[in-house]
Parts: sequence; structure tokens; C-alpha cells
Amino acid sequence: MFDLFKFFGKGESKSKDIAKERLKLVLIHDRANISPRYLDMIKDDVIKVISSYMEIDEKGMDIRLSRIPQKDDTYSTALVANIPIKKVKNLGPNKG
Amino acid sequence: MGEVIVITSGKGGVGKTTTTANIGTALALAGKRVVLVDADIGLRNLDVVMGLENRIVYDLVDVVEKVCRLKQALIRDKRFESLYLLPAAQTKDKNAVSPQQMQELCEQLKEEFDFVLIDCPAGIEQGFKNAIAGADKAAVVTVPEVSAVRDADRIIGLLSANDIDEPKLIINRLRIDMVKRGDMMDINDTLDILGIDLLGVVPDDERVVISTNRGEPAVTDDNSLAGQAYRNIAGRLMGENIPIMDMETDEGFLAKIKRFFNANRKRA
Repeated sequence: MFDLFKFFGKGESKSKDIAKERLKLVLIHDRANISPRYLDMIKDDVIKVISSYMEIDEKGMDIRLSRIPQKDDTYSTALVANIPIKKVKNLGPNKG
Repeated sequence: MGEVIVITSGKGGVGKTTTTANIGTALALAGKRVVLVDADIGLRNLDVVMGLENRIVYDLVDVVEKVCRLKQALIRDKRFESLYLLPAAQTKDKNAVSPQQMQELCEQLKEEFDFVLIDCPAGIEQGFKNAIAGADKAAVVTVPEVSAVRDADRIIGLLSANDIDEPKLIINRLRIDMVKRGDMMDINDTLDILGIDLLGVVPDDERVVISTNRGEPAVTDDNSLAGQAYRNIAGRLMGENIPIMDMETDEGFLAKIKRFFNANRKRA
């Protein structure tokens, strides 16, 4: 979706650019063969790891594959996670 | 020893059969010995596109089941002596043939012909697996639309998984007017997304429909832009270094159209 809104918002974008952008995104999923179920598995494990350090809002959590624009006008694929924190656990004196 | 090229796409209706018929005819036109194999068992169509539907006696499944000899099932083209068709069976289903059998068939055909072109069915199931089983190379046909390009990408992955590397792309039905308006992905957009080499670009051309109505491939029509594009593709398959035609790029194409209309106006 992401860039799509930007495209529609402008209302003047060429439809071929929308097509291209949508295709690139859908092909990331196709090529990686990453199903929503697979993403859910990653999500569950991420929750497990983070939960030992902080309390997070599991329902508000969002994890997905995305294309990140680079400085040289190319894109790189990234696994983007948005994890709302409810509370950071007090693990006692800073051991770092 | 010839080579076996499978014409595939994933999505249906993008022009695999038309492409197979035209490239095959163009190769024969250039003097090559060519056999077209319709691997779309149960939904045969290459025979009608070639105008050979009334000549079928035996088919691919008959050959595989040894009901007849290979030579008995091959239908010689009406126009070109070195061009043959091996039709698909219409009443059997895809499981009537195994990949192993297709491989053996291709090996046999390679002995006799310079080019063995296999018209692959749509989809990625058994029919696809059969069609690619004996192939040395692949040409992936797509049209510049999201669904077709997505399926082409999937097919490229599956070809690679089956050790058919470096398939070449044919972009079919490109509409220059829409590309100019920014309403259709252009050649570079499509290549950029799919990341494979280009074999050819076929402009959208109503003459293809007209020639298919008649059962005569568009390559035999000198006025057809698509026909010229197919002849160029055939040339590239024979190892010639032919640049993508002028008429396939914006200026050349429009200029050609204008010239065409001007010439007609003068005549009238």
C-alpha cells in the first residue's frame, strides 16, 4: 500500500508507475515465497524475544516486507517491524 | 542436432500459441527445419492458428502411447515444406503424458529438426512440467500488464528450479500510444522488473487477429508490424544480431505509421 497512497493522493501519477510499484512489491513476496503464515511465525518469535525486555502491544504490532528507497534511487528489501511498547521492564541496575 | 525451445508464460491468453506459430513459420521461411509441438493436451489450438486443423489424423498422445509412429503424426505445413506440426490430443487429459515421455519425444525430434518449438499450456501444473521436460531453452511471453508480468516472474523462477536458466523474454502486444501516455509499462520497465534478457517486442497489431482468422501466421503478411517483429525474433534465435526494430520504439513506430497513412492517401 505505502507508496500507493502517495500515488493516488497526487492524482496525476502515471498508471504505469503505479503498476510497476505494485508489481515490485508483490514480487518480493512471490519470490521470497513468504506467506502470511510464515510472517506470523516470525512475528511470534519476535514477540517472545522482545517480551523478556519490554511489555509490548501485541495487537498493535505490525511486521511486513517492504521496499526501502535508497539514496541512489534504487530500492532495497527490508523486513519492517512496528512494535508499540507499553512498558520497559525494570531489570535492575544497568548491566550494560 | 537441433534445439528444443519451450514457449511459456504462466498466464493464459498472452499469445503463446500465436507466438509459437509465428516464430516457427518465420524460422521455416528462413529455410530451417522446424517442428511445432502443441503440448496443451485437451485444449489444442496450434492446429487452428496454423490452419492445419483438417489434416490431423494422429496426435502427440498417440505417438507417446505408440499407437502410431512419430512420422505418421507429423503434419506438414501448407506453405512451407520444412515446417511440421505435432498436434495435441483433444480428448485426453494432461496426465496422459509424463515428463519422461516428453523428454524422449524431444530427443527424437531434435535428430530430425533444427528447431523444436513447444507450445506450453497455461498454468504451472502437470502440463507445464511436461512441456518443459525436454526443453533446452525457454522463451517467456508476457504482455505489459501486472497479472501477466507477475506470472512471468513465477515461471522464470520455476524454469530456473528445473535447470532451464537464462530464459529470454518476449513482450507481446505492446501499445506504443499507451506507453507514450504513461499508461502502459514500457520495455525497460518490464525488463527492470523481470531481470532477464529480451528476445523481442511484438507491437499490438490487429493484423494478427485477421491472419489468425484465416489460419495464416502474421509473419507471412508483409504489411504486419507484428509479423516483422516475429521475423526478427526468429533471426535472433538463429544467432543473428538484430536490434529491436525502429517500429518497436516510439519515434520509428509513429513515423512508420504516418508514412503508411501518407502513402495510402497519395494512392487514394
